[in-house]
Amino acid sequence: MRLPSYLRSVAGRFLRREDVAEEMEQELRAHIALRADDLEREGMPRAQAERRARVEFGARERYKEECHQASGGTGIESLFKDVRYAFRMLRKSPGFTLVAIVTLALGIGANAIVFSLLNALVLRPVNVPHGGELYEIEQGRDHAPSQSYADYLDLRDRNKSFDGLAAYEIDKAGLDIDGTPAQTFFYEASGNYFDVLGVKPYLGRFFHAEDEHGYNSAPYLVLSYSLWQTRFHADRNIAGRVVLVNKFAYTVLGVAPPDFRGTELFFAPAFWAPMVDDEQLNGFNTLPNRGNRGKWLVGPLKPGVTPAQATADLNSVAAYLAKTYPSDDDGMSFALTKPGLVGDMLGAPVHAFVAGLMLLSGLILLAACANLGSLFSARAADRWREVALRLALGSTRARILRQLLTEAVLVSLGGATAGIAGSIVLLRWLSAWQPIPDVPVNAPVNPDLSTYAVAVLLALISGLLFGIVPVRQVLHAHPYQAIKAGSNTLAASRRVTLRDVLLALQIAVCAVLVTSSLVAVRGMIRSLQSNFGFDPHDAMQVNTDIDMGGYKLEQRPAMQRRLLDAVSAIPGVTAAGYTDRIPLNIGWSDSYIYADSTTDYKPSNIAADAMDYSVSPGYFEAAGTALRAGRTISWDDSKDAPMAAVVNQEFARKLFGREQNAMGGHFKIWGGKRVQVVGIVEDGKYKTLSEDPQPAVFFSILQAPSSDTWFIVRSSRGTGELGPAIERTLSGMNTGLPFIISTWDRELGTALFAARAASLALGVLGALGAMLALTGIFGLGAYTVSRRLRELGIRIALGARRKQVLRAALGRVFRLLAIGSAAGLVLGLAATRLLSFIVYQASPRDPFVLAGVVATMLLLGLLAAWVPAMRALRADPMLLLREE
Amino acid sequence: MGEQAQILPGTLDLLILKAVSLGPLHGYGILLRIGQISGSALEIEQGALYPALFRLVRQGLLKANWGTSENNRKAKFYELTAGGRKRLREEEDGWNRLAAAMAAALSARPEEI
Repeated sequence: MRLPSYLRSVAGRFLRREDVAEEMEQELRAHIALRADDLEREGMPRAQAERRARVEFGARERYKEECHQASGGTGIESLFKDVRYAFRMLRKSPGFTLVAIVTLALGIGANAIVFSLLNALVLRPVNVPHGGELYEIEQGRDHAPSQSYADYLDLRDRNKSFDGLAAYEIDKAGLDIDGTPAQTFFYEASGNYFDVLGVKPYLGRFFHAEDEHGYNSAPYLVLSYSLWQTRFHADRNIAGRVVLVNKFAYTVLGVAPPDFRGTELFFAPAFWAPMVDDEQLNGFNTLPNRGNRGKWLVGPLKPGVTPAQATADLNSVAAYLAKTYPSDDDGMSFALTKPGLVGDMLGAPVHAFVAGLMLLSGLILLAACANLGSLFSARAADRWREVALRLALGSTRARILRQLLTEAVLVSLGGATAGIAGSIVLLRWLSAWQPIPDVPVNAPVNPDLSTYAVAVLLALISGLLFGIVPVRQVLHAHPYQAIKAGSNTLAASRRVTLRDVLLALQIAVCAVLVTSSLVAVRGMIRSLQSNFGFDPHDAMQVNTDIDMGGYKLEQRPAMQRRLLDAVSAIPGVTAAGYTDRIPLNIGWSDSYIYADSTTDYKPSNIAADAMDYSVSPGYFEAAGTALRAGRTISWDDSKDAPMAAVVNQEFARKLFGREQNAMGGHFKIWGGKRVQVVGIVEDGKYKTLSEDPQPAVFFSILQAPSSDTWFIVRSSRGTGELGPAIERTLSGMNTGLPFIISTWDRELGTALFAARAASLALGVLGALGAMLALTGIFGLGAYTVSRRLRELGIRIALGARRKQVLRAALGRVFRLLAIGSAAGLVLGLAATRLLSFIVYQASPRDPFVLAGVVATMLLLGLLAAWVPAMRALRADPMLLLREE
Repeated sequence: MGEQAQILPGTLDLLILKAVSLGPLHGYGILLRIGQISGSALEIEQGALYPALFRLVRQGLLKANWGTSENNRKAKFYELTAGGRKRLREEEDGWNRLAAAMAAALSARPEEI
């Protein structure tokens, strides 16, 4: 038969399906009637003749089915029938269907969310044309992405592999649109930035390399779409408008397209300004200093150049730099990485974290499948009679299996739909979430087509996976035996069944999840209780940048002193001081430290790479940092006095061997300047909570000035009253400076963000795992009890005690719980080694965690077994006997 | 009823075509006709006839129309199409050749070799 007529026949039959079935039925009925007529004519009574005719005809349902197939109504039509039948069967047991769909929705939803994270943070390139071809240059030695501007110029002009190389840096400045400056985060970008990325303006024009004519020569801005919308009311004639940046006049050139968020995934700048204006934008010019590294470099490779070739090319430039500028670039080497997550600095932990989440959510789905597998297998056992009857009527086993699989896939698609819907809501919320106050840090993780595709694929796979579980039962079904015995389950109750294995597996998986989430929560609690080296409670902090008010370099110390005096005079303030940056905040600065004896300041002679801070007198008292020896910074450590520094214990140990040797000792910083240690303070946390002890040095801010200013104000009256008082005082001074005032506790959220996010994610996964364990145990418990209700009733009638009844009913379930939990605990403890990368002090051998897991699993078991146990105890033999 | 032979796979179609070639018949009638012309020597389960009938209709070898049986029952009557007639001839020739060859092979005696 030719294809078109075949299709027409299929389509026709599909449309007239009812008619065809009806016609077939009539024809078979006619056959039996005709045969019965003949038999009647031979002298048989009519009723007997008809029965005989039906028997002679054979398995009517099977022949009908075969007729359907023979007439071309195979694929689509019988699938349609299967689906309809499956719908009917599922509607008949709404409880089962609901539990199955919710279970899967949790599993699929968790996976859809985690896949979205993976997609947004790892798989999807930065959102620019040909984003997949972009590479970021990092230093080979420590995989830090930061380069100096001078090195950037050399790299840009000397490499032969990149099709253009752009530099950018995240910075903040006072943006003054309507008379009041506001702290605004933006990109300083090289002139070629937009051209290298191939981004086209939404409105107006971008700046280009031709716009740069030396330092401070290009007073231009490109607005982000969202800044243009929110602060400029989407004014289409914006190009040419002049605004003030740090009191300097800048002309708006144009607006970036809505979907362009710069070249970092976590950070959306408000505007872009040319890097050559660094002095105006930043307060001082970092560009000429080859040792000042803070620029990130990206660019696409030329067509046909492999990353390996490009790395070799970059390293030949590195060799040139090391030879030409040994004091800065000795031992320089470069490597390539993917842009978007500050190179490998964020990239590595984010990848590890997402991979960990993938693994755990995969486990969730596996547990959900095991759960559903045992549910379906129990259901198949209950449908024994139905299966047997269909087999007896001539249905083939393949057909019944297909029917069961259709049901499974239908359930899994229902679960997927619910799961995707839930994940969309959650992902929308996550995408809008800005975890760090005042800083535009967030990550768009909205689901896209690939997320949906993965979710549906997972649903189909898991549907087939748990749908296959009852296959063996169906294959071994024998219609005659089934109908005769009525029930086959008593015989099997002593053996270890597939359902038992599935439940144990599922409980093990859930125990892994519960273990990891407990480890994460425990780590979180510990990190909150650990010693930061300062006391964030009862302290306010005020952030401002003196050069946003347009003050000259020499005016700044006096301005800072004025502000400090005003804040200190507020009633109730016990201590106040300021620093150029606070520990555990976004961004830090480190300095190379040399021993006093060093004369050659090449990188190999570095004695320590220390976190550096410039602090005012009173800072340590305000921050609550304990002084171990010597004194703190005083107003006498002024510009003309010898350089003095307070160091932490780790610094003292690292440079002087012992803490006691450090007091009064000297060390050298970049440029060979000698510094004397005048005091030693306790160690603290500086970059992250999970870091190892770091050396830190605190200079006098009079000797190492900075315009970036964080006041720390400690009060005996509580932060609730202090905040408004500080605000009144500062705004009364008419300084023209933007101030951001918050409690230190709140600001600390930044440092805790990663750990908090990790704990939250693991906690949610753990809760999901616990829920699955609950439903799994409940399912099997309830099933066992309902199958054996009659037996239990008889036991009760014969005088069994409650304990014995319970043991008979649920002993098996609890044995499985114990086995699964033990296996899961061991696996979970092994897995937490992986967690220790993200979670602070995630120690697997924590008695709290061990006890917590055992208690949780036991509690889950008791909770889940409660209802079935009550039902078992209430088994009434009389009632049961009457029923059958 | 004499001794019955299991029907060879693939031969049911040929039997149906042959039965119908002698005049339009309903399903039950086809069964009776096959029984009659084969001397009741071939056994077919009654229901098994129908999938074959549907297949032949789909292949365009048979066509079916509703009609009334001799004892006034509504039934579906099958008859050969032109294609069916052609196919029947081909199959008959094929069978006859095969049967002759098989008969010759089985009746071979040592002295003939």
